[in-house]
Amino acid sequence: MREVSVSVLTDAIARLAVEANCVLPHDVMARIEAARASEPWETAQGILDKILENDRIAERDTVPICQDTGVCCVFLKIGQDVHLKGDLKEAVDEGVRRGYRDGYLRKSVVADPLKRVNTGDNTPAMLYTELVPGDRIELTVAPKGFGSENMSRLAMLKPSDGVEGVKAFVLKTVEEAGPNPCPPIVVGVGIGGTFDKAAYLAKKALMRDLNARSDDPFYAALEAELLEKINALGVGPQGFGGRTTALAVNIERMPTHIAGLPVAVNINCHVTRHRTVVL
Amino acid sequence: MEKHIQLPITRETARTIHSGDACLLSGVIYTARDAAHKRLCELLEAGRPLPFDLKDATIYYVGPTPAKPGQVIGSAGPTTSYRMDAYSPAMIEAGETGMIGKGKRSPAVIEAMKRHGAVYFAAIGGAGALLSSCIREAEIVCYEDLGAEAVRRLRVENLPVVCVIDSEGNNLYETGRNAYLASCSRE
Repeated sequence: MREVSVSVLTDAIARLAVEANCVLPHDVMARIEAARASEPWETAQGILDKILENDRIAERDTVPICQDTGVCCVFLKIGQDVHLKGDLKEAVDEGVRRGYRDGYLRKSVVADPLKRVNTGDNTPAMLYTELVPGDRIELTVAPKGFGSENMSRLAMLKPSDGVEGVKAFVLKTVEEAGPNPCPPIVVGVGIGGTFDKAAYLAKKALMRDLNARSDDPFYAALEAELLEKINALGVGPQGFGGRTTALAVNIERMPTHIAGLPVAVNINCHVTRHRTVVL
Repeated sequence: MEKHIQLPITRETARTIHSGDACLLSGVIYTARDAAHKRLCELLEAGRPLPFDLKDATIYYVGPTPAKPGQVIGSAGPTTSYRMDAYSPAMIEAGETGMIGKGKRSPAVIEAMKRHGAVYFAAIGGAGALLSSCIREAEIVCYEDLGAEAVRRLRVENLPVVCVIDSEGNNLYETGRNAYLASCSRE
C-alpha cells in the first residue's frame, strides 16, 4: 500500500490548470498546422493563421488561449494500492481554486443551474475517478469551454439504425452546430453503454492524442470516414466556409444492451486543452 | 482589404457595412453577456434609465479573463451570440447598432437589424490572447458583482472583425459556405 497525501494532487492540479489553459497540446497545434497547409479556401487560410498566432502568443506570454477557461474537468485514475490521505474532493477543488486564482483564469461556474450565482473561484471541479490496478495515480486536467459543450448531443438510436444511423447523427450534430462551437472542432464520439456512459465515453474521447487512431481497425476506419465527411460539409474555420471544419474524430465504444444503441457527440473547439501527469 | 471603422456606428453607417466585409474597429465599445443582457432588458422593459447610453452603441459579447499585473485586460475573445438572441431585438430598438460575437443569430434578431439598421460582426472565437492586444483601455461600468460578466467600457484600436450579417440580412455563414462548396464542385 502506497500512501499519498491529497495535497500532492492540489499542487499538481493548480499547476496543470494554468499550463492547460495557456499551452495548447502540441498534437493539436500540429493538426491545425497540417490543416492550414492543405486548406484551399483563402478566407479559411487567414483564420487558421490567426488561430496559430494566438496559440503562440498564449504559450509565449503564459496567458489563456481563450477567455473561456472552462469548467475544470479532472480525471483521476487511482491505483488500487494507493491510500489517499485527506479529503480528496476538497483537495481537488483547492487545486482548481488556486490555479484559477493565481493563473488569472476566468471563473465561469455558477453554484446552481437555475439560481445562477457565480461561485467566484471556478469550483467545484467536474471530478471523474476510476480505480485501476497498481500504485500510481494518473491525473488529467481538461478545462472545457461551453461554446462547444452547448453544441453536444446524445441520441438513443435503435440497433437497426446501425453504423449508418451513427454516421447520420454525428454529421447532423456537426452541421447544426455550424459556426457556434468555434470550428475547426474536435469531435468526441461515445457509442454503447448506457445513456450516461455514452456521454462519458464521448468526453473521454476528447482526451485522446489527435494522432492516435482507435485500436480497433473498424472504428479507426469509421473515424477517418467521418472526418472526411465532416470536412466535406463546407462549414470551415469559424463557419465562414472552407475545408477545415474538424481536426479529428475520436470514437470510444463499450458493450451495450441488446435493445439499444446509445451515441453521444461531445464537441470541442480548436482549443482542445488537457494536461496529464502520473504521480 | 480591411475597412477601417471609427466608432460609434450610426444607423446610417450601419447600412454601409456589408456581409463579408473584414473590418478594423476603433473607438469605444461595451461588453455584455447573458447576465448583463438580462438586467439591461429588465430595465428597458420597466422603462427605467440604463447605466450607459445604448444609442449607436456596439456591444461585444465577451467575458474576459482577469488582467495580470501590467495588462489592460486578460484574454478577450467572443462568446456564442445565440444566447443573446432573446434580448437583442429590444437592445437594437433601444439604439444598439453593432454586435460582436460569434455564431448564428435568430430570425427575430435579423429582422430587428433590418428594420432599425444594425450590423452583426464576428471576431475569431478562441483567439482571446490575440484580440486582447487591440484593447487599450478597460473599465467597469456596472454590474461588478457579475465578475467576468460585468459591463465594461473598452477603447479598442483596430479590433479585427468580419461583418457576418448586415442590415439587409445577408449572411456570411450561408454565402461563405455556399461559395466554398460551389468552388469544390467546379473542380
